[in-house]
Amino acid sequence: MPPETVLSLRRLSKEFPTHRAVTDVSLEVPRGAFFSLLGPSGCGKTTVLRMIAGFETPTSGEVWLNGQPIDALPPYQRNVNTVFQSYALFPHLTVQGNIEFGLKKGSDAINRVNEVLKQVRLEGKASRRPSELSGGERQRVALARAIVLQPEVLLLDEPLSALDPQLRKQVRSELRDLQRRVGVTFLFVTHDQEEALSMSDQIAVMNAGALEQVGTPREIYCKPRTRFVADFLGAMNWIDGIGVRPEAVSITPQGRKATVASAVYLGSFCQIQMILENGEAILAQVAPGVSFQPGQAVCVSWNSEDECRL
Amino acid sequence: MKLRTTFIAPAAILMAITVLAPLAIIVVYSLLTRGAYGGVELPWTIENFTRIWDPVYGIIFLRSFWIAAVATALCLALGFPLAMFIARSGPRKNLYLSLVILPFWTSFLIRTYAWMFLLRDTGIVNTALQALRIIREPLPLLYNDGAVILGLVYGFLPFMVLPLYATLERLDPSLLEAAADLGSRPWQVLVRVTLPLCTPGIRAGAILVFVPCLGTYLTSDLLGGSKTVLIGNLVQNQFTASRDWPFGAALSLVLMAVAMVLLFAVRNRGEELL
Amino acid sequence: MRRGLAVYAAGAYAFLHVPLLILAVFSFNSSRFAVWQGFSLQWYRAVAADSNLIEASVNSLEIAIAATLAATVLGTLAAYGLWKRGSAWLSGSMYLSLVTPEIVTGASLLALFQWIFRFAHLRLGMHTVILAHVGFSLAYVVVVVLARLRSFDRTLEEAALDLGATEFGAFHRVTLPYLAPAIAAAAMLAFTVSIDDYVITSLVAGVDSQTLPMVIYAMARRGVNPALNAVSTLVVFGLGMLIMLSERLRRT
Repeated sequence: MPPETVLSLRRLSKEFPTHRAVTDVSLEVPRGAFFSLLGPSGCGKTTVLRMIAGFETPTSGEVWLNGQPIDALPPYQRNVNTVFQSYALFPHLTVQGNIEFGLKKGSDAINRVNEVLKQVRLEGKASRRPSELSGGERQRVALARAIVLQPEVLLLDEPLSALDPQLRKQVRSELRDLQRRVGVTFLFVTHDQEEALSMSDQIAVMNAGALEQVGTPREIYCKPRTRFVADFLGAMNWIDGIGVRPEAVSITPQGRKATVASAVYLGSFCQIQMILENGEAILAQVAPGVSFQPGQAVCVSWNSEDECRL
Repeated sequence: MKLRTTFIAPAAILMAITVLAPLAIIVVYSLLTRGAYGGVELPWTIENFTRIWDPVYGIIFLRSFWIAAVATALCLALGFPLAMFIARSGPRKNLYLSLVILPFWTSFLIRTYAWMFLLRDTGIVNTALQALRIIREPLPLLYNDGAVILGLVYGFLPFMVLPLYATLERLDPSLLEAAADLGSRPWQVLVRVTLPLCTPGIRAGAILVFVPCLGTYLTSDLLGGSKTVLIGNLVQNQFTASRDWPFGAALSLVLMAVAMVLLFAVRNRGEELL
Repeated sequence: MRRGLAVYAAGAYAFLHVPLLILAVFSFNSSRFAVWQGFSLQWYRAVAADSNLIEASVNSLEIAIAATLAATVLGTLAAYGLWKRGSAWLSGSMYLSLVTPEIVTGASLLALFQWIFRFAHLRLGMHTVILAHVGFSLAYVVVVVLARLRSFDRTLEEAALDLGATEFGAFHRVTLPYLAPAIAAAAMLAFTVSIDDYVITSLVAGVDSQTLPMVIYAMARRGVNPALNAVSTLVVFGLGMLIMLSERLRRT
């Protein structure tokens, strides 16, 4: 195993009595990376996370951490920590109590707690209870509680889904900065492709229990290897079996003939839905300057580099 | 509005007759003097209350407290693992819960009698022990404090299990996972997370058991014999054999006062019964 | 830990149920002693021949049915009233009712009746027992029904009013159906509490209104008696069947 891989999943499968949740997933997570597991609800990404954390036993396959197999170990003996979707903060303990929960007693513990409180910008809130905090603050406590134990890998189960949309964008960049500063490997589970694209060093796309593709955000977006990945990461036009993203389609004086079906003004751009001569639909994203009317005859074209062939 | 008043009125009248008026009479009686042939008569006096300070009665109160406390502690110790088992039993939860509740729904009197049957000198336990030659003479298992405590635990265990189960059931499982994730072994999770979060249920269960145990009459009467006189027996005695209504009334009020103080001290903030 | 819990639970269930099973087994024992000496129905025949016992059982049933009906109706209405409007007096007195030890309830009721009997020419009898039973069952009914009401969506009643129902109509056609399972449960609770009561009943019953618990208590006081085993088995079995039947009905 290459030295820079901290977590290795080898042909991991999980079968429940009712259905097969995960099929044959193999991954190498590089040390220090922000690694996302992206997929729709029910694709098995949370099950994979739980198998790494130790809350589910794989039906087959192995989990290796730092060159050692850990799938036989109970959760409290694995050097990975989880940020739960609901944060799972202990209501009967203060912020301080929550954060120091996993630490051994000692004067060193107090220093580490204070340091991590500074890192997540919660100084001064140490004696509050979770019920007195806002959603964003609670998320930071959950983070701090896990980070303070200095795990090899930090597992995050859709930690932003409970926040309101305004907060989410802000927290995204904060989370990314935090990860870079602290240097811990993040394994981030989400169904939001925008989140995954904006935060990750690498993305693994999952669907129906299996891995579809692993790569950098650019690779996944511009060079999808399956139809599912292409459609999941954003809108994709399929013309004669070739994929073109709407932002790559331009309305030009010369090109393929099309009729405008609808034009929607969205402030920073316009979405123009058109029908080609052969009846196929095509979506273009254009600058808001020119306005188009339904029924208008136009021409569309795109660069061949922007084509996506599977 | 009229409708709501009509709905409340009958119940209110009933309560006035069966709860408020009788208690008012008890209060009045407690301040009167015992009549020559039973009943009450003037003069007004507080002697009934001062009489309770007599060490004879003090011992009875202490004993009742002691027995009720031990019974409650045993119910808690025995009931908590059972409640945990039921809460974690998955799809069969309701079955296991009804198995606990079912004996409780049948007669308390009969369940107390069952222990008389088991523990007496010629009962099963003694006969079996003698047959196995573990003892030669029958053990005096019945007619002592231990038998009373046993009877109380047997009778009130479901009262402890139900609120404990309710609290355990509502416990967020991700909290237990988080504790394990952060390095706690199963026993530590129990002590550091589960138990503290169960405090409301423990409080409710303890009160539901302690208060009736404090005022118990049947159990001490049937299982304790003449040796075990608790507050409940004392009060009953005053109203029947001794015909000392004023003293019985004073004792009753003291017993109720103790119960209400306890309930007030441990009441749950937020969730009210009524 | 799971296996340990399961083993413990088995033990706990045994503790809860074995004593009653032993009682039942020995009700079929042909001898009085704790040694099995052959199967016999003689004790059951003795019970069937005991007219005192039969009369007491009938009394108990009459009282329980009457008290349950009254307590359930009054209690349901009271719970609804408390939910909508609240009443410190009513809540307070019901709380008192729950907190008062049985001895005190019984004695205070006896005191009340005796004081009333100075003016009215009445005696202790079935009616005083029924009144007492309705009194102490009411709080239980209210607690159960009120708990269910707390999870009821108020706007459903508002919708009914909006669609033309009267206040009572809304209660009758919308709320009451929702409360049905809780009312049934409360009725079961009131019934079992009434049928089993000894302490309060013994204080307020008259000479000619013996109830089953009173007879059982008298027998138990005299010492162990296999006929009592038979009675106990019948009661436990009978009540158990009743409870299971009502549960089945409730589920449909």
